[in-house]
Amino acid sequence: MTTNHDDPALTGQPVGRRLVLGLMALGAAGVAAGPWVSRGLGAVSGALSKHDPTGLSSLIPGGGWRYYTVTDGFPYQPPSSYRLRVAGNVSRELTLTTSDLKGRPRTRLTSDFQCVTGWRVPGVRWEGVRLADLLDEAVPDSDQTAVQFVSYDGTYTESLTMAEARRPDVLIVDTLDGKPIGRAHGGPVRLLVAPMYGYKSCKWLSEIRVTDQLIPGYWEVLGYDQDAWVGKSNGRRDAPTG
Amino acid sequence: MRRPAEALPRFTRIETWVHRSTAAIVAVLFATGAILYVEQLSLLVGRRLLVEGTHIVAGLLLPLPALLGLWRSRELRADVHALGRMTPVDWEWLRRRDRRDAGLAVGKFNGGQKLASATVVGAGIVLFGTGLLLLAPARINLAVSVREGATITHDLFTFGLLFLLAGHIWIALRHPEARRALRTGVVDPAYAAREHAAWAAEQ
Repeated sequence: MTTNHDDPALTGQPVGRRLVLGLMALGAAGVAAGPWVSRGLGAVSGALSKHDPTGLSSLIPGGGWRYYTVTDGFPYQPPSSYRLRVAGNVSRELTLTTSDLKGRPRTRLTSDFQCVTGWRVPGVRWEGVRLADLLDEAVPDSDQTAVQFVSYDGTYTESLTMAEARRPDVLIVDTLDGKPIGRAHGGPVRLLVAPMYGYKSCKWLSEIRVTDQLIPGYWEVLGYDQDAWVGKSNGRRDAPTG
Repeated sequence: MRRPAEALPRFTRIETWVHRSTAAIVAVLFATGAILYVEQLSLLVGRRLLVEGTHIVAGLLLPLPALLGLWRSRELRADVHALGRMTPVDWEWLRRRDRRDAGLAVGKFNGGQKLASATVVGAGIVLFGTGLLLLAPARINLAVSVREGATITHDLFTFGLLFLLAGHIWIALRHPEARRALRTGVVDPAYAAREHAAWAAEQ
């Protein structure tokens, strides 16, 4: 390379550096303003996902459902062979099929679904049976203080206090927006804890265990709050969901 | 060096190696990232931990070829310097519709290449940084809002970079001679005289 002053490499404005620094500043601003940005985008794609048979709206960053699993993959249990056990310290263990659940008193509930990482799907219509009803049926032993939820993914667990588990907005659901819950959303049957962050709503539910003490779930062990009320936990200020 | 009839040396072996290894890493990042991001692909592929691990390792390796190249190659350092500076000719090249026929004294890189390369570097740094933030929460107590911000920024910059790289590949497909230059390190003098007149005249 020549070194005289006409050499374009040595003259001109340092635009490259400005561009790189500008993008870094934009990135830092994005991290700082993340909750705001993702709420805005989430509102858009959440609303779009309601009227989007293609599912393409889920590709918009920040909003709509996002698929997540903590495992390396696991066999799906189709509705035909699916079983839900209610066990632990109870007088009457239950083993329920999907039609057993369909045959019990049903509850419908519409609530926003809020993930602790920021995305929110507004107005999700859930349908299933109240967890309180199943617990009554199984008759917990006296002095039982908590309920543990086990996923058939082989790894995930969650838990609620007995008082939380008996709330009317805590359901065992098999229907989402009028359709059977598919694999991606934790089907055929999952837990829904409407007033709490999404990680409480254990997907691919296989067992409900009544326990005499609270057993922290998968994310609680990693530092997330046990009482995961939307807007009042995990250092977040989201609007309540249920 | 004056060899008008022969191919002009344009890139060194180290430079072509840096380009190729970075491209391979970026391809792995986009493939694994798409599997993690798109629900249907996630379900199709399974093996989430493997895909996640591959994405993380590839991400951590991303700056390595460029850093090694900068360390070992004076030519790459000179090219980076040239790419970082916009001359009046570069702005004119960007403005004019007849840029390729206007006989502009374009240097080794044109204005589009300069702006695009700086954008890719900036986006790469942001993706690397936000990726590191997303790795952190399991080990350090990072505020959830920071995690949320890193997630959305990582996603948005990925989409931006996706469009930029699609354009990059589209233009490369239309310029076989430029592809050959990056593959073999040498360029046809006629092509160089047409696209990079000032640079070709110096050789």
